[in-house]
Amino acid sequence: MVQPLTYFKESASQTAGPYVHIGCTPNFSGITGVYAEDLGSGSLVNDNTRGERITIRGFVYDGVGTPLKDALVEIWQADADGFYSSPSETRGKADPNFFGWARQPGDMATGEFAFETIKPGKVPFRDGRLMAPHVNFWIVARGINLGLNTRMYFSDEEEANAADPILSRIEHRVRVPTLIGRREGNTVTFNIYLQGENETIFFDI
Amino acid sequence: MKNTPPETTPFFARDRAWHPPAFTPGYKTSVLRSPQRALISLEGTKSEITGPVFGHNILGEFDNDLIVNYAKPGEMALGERILVYGRVLDERGVGIPGALVEFWQANAGGRYRHKKETYLAPLDPNFGGFGRTITDENGGYVFKTIKPGPYPWPNGVNDWRPAHIHFSVFGHGFAQRLITQMYFEGDPMIWICPIVKTIPDENAIKGLIAALDMQNTVPHDMRAYKFDIILRGRRSTFFENRKEGN
Repeated sequence: MVQPLTYFKESASQTAGPYVHIGCTPNFSGITGVYAEDLGSGSLVNDNTRGERITIRGFVYDGVGTPLKDALVEIWQADADGFYSSPSETRGKADPNFFGWARQPGDMATGEFAFETIKPGKVPFRDGRLMAPHVNFWIVARGINLGLNTRMYFSDEEEANAADPILSRIEHRVRVPTLIGRREGNTVTFNIYLQGENETIFFDI
Repeated sequence: MKNTPPETTPFFARDRAWHPPAFTPGYKTSVLRSPQRALISLEGTKSEITGPVFGHNILGEFDNDLIVNYAKPGEMALGERILVYGRVLDERGVGIPGALVEFWQANAGGRYRHKKETYLAPLDPNFGGFGRTITDENGGYVFKTIKPGPYPWPNGVNDWRPAHIHFSVFGHGFAQRLITQMYFEGDPMIWICPIVKTIPDENAIKGLIAALDMQNTVPHDMRAYKFDIILRGRRSTFFENRKEGN
């Protein structure tokens, strides 16, 4: 006999289902008067937020190229200096005018999601090397049994991307572009492919 | 919130054999929405171990009372009155304070208040079907609601969902983010549901079934169901070799 290791198991995930918007973005789904606004639904920036304004737009596609119209997409990102607005951020204080988290349902007619935010700064990897600027994504929907984690990097950061400890370890180089948001002006397009030839890289984080 | 320093260590690896796999053909919608390639493993960096934490200022007075939060003044939702309570813990058994918990559900007849919902059971004009709360300093939470009904759904020709409440939970790190569903003790529909059956391990399913708790039942008012939610644990802060900056 040995001493028992007393750990619990994480609650098993279940799909967010077709009605996730009732719970997470009720105003969007037409149920008004309970919450003043949908949590995380507005712009991430205000007049005092530091950093370069960008809009991230994209679709979530299924395995035959149909955009999901019932997905919920959340993002989590550092501020312009690379600090997260989180109690676990111990390196410094994040911009008080930037919360760094938001979520959007896809448009009911087209499925497109959009976030008004800023370009994040660089955040160090565990060994101190800097990771290229990136935005963390979490995607749930009907038919997705466990939320999917990915990252969006930026097409205008070629040098930083080449030095990024995560991107540089990916064996199948042909897949790396699935993690790169394409920047044109202040718009960054990031489409997520759940399945198929262009399947997005998802992470076990 | 307790006056303890925030934890900054990475989370335990997620046991992917415990969760449902992405591709579960018995649940048809998963077929075209399931990634087929291996996930790339990514040990926790600042991007994963940090996460948004919400203040009580986002909450309204009746956000955790689904019986009245959509009802006309003086009226209440129809159905079996219940109280759902429990704790949000991590895999070490440590309560998680300040965790935002959101929940949504069908009404007593099994009908959701949603444009795409076509089930013939009627809407309850006094029931919106959602709420939220934030855990106390011990990780505890509670809300009032009515017991949702089971309902048919288009998958197989005769598939029904057991009575359930959806939960969305934020811990302290983005890697802890979880959506799951709570089922009710004694419901025979649980074991024939294609969505429940996406979970491969029977013990993992049992972990989603809330127990009827007569001790916390309010006499002549509402029965209590206890539902603890477990989020990923964090590694202890032992000696660790690391460079500056993390």
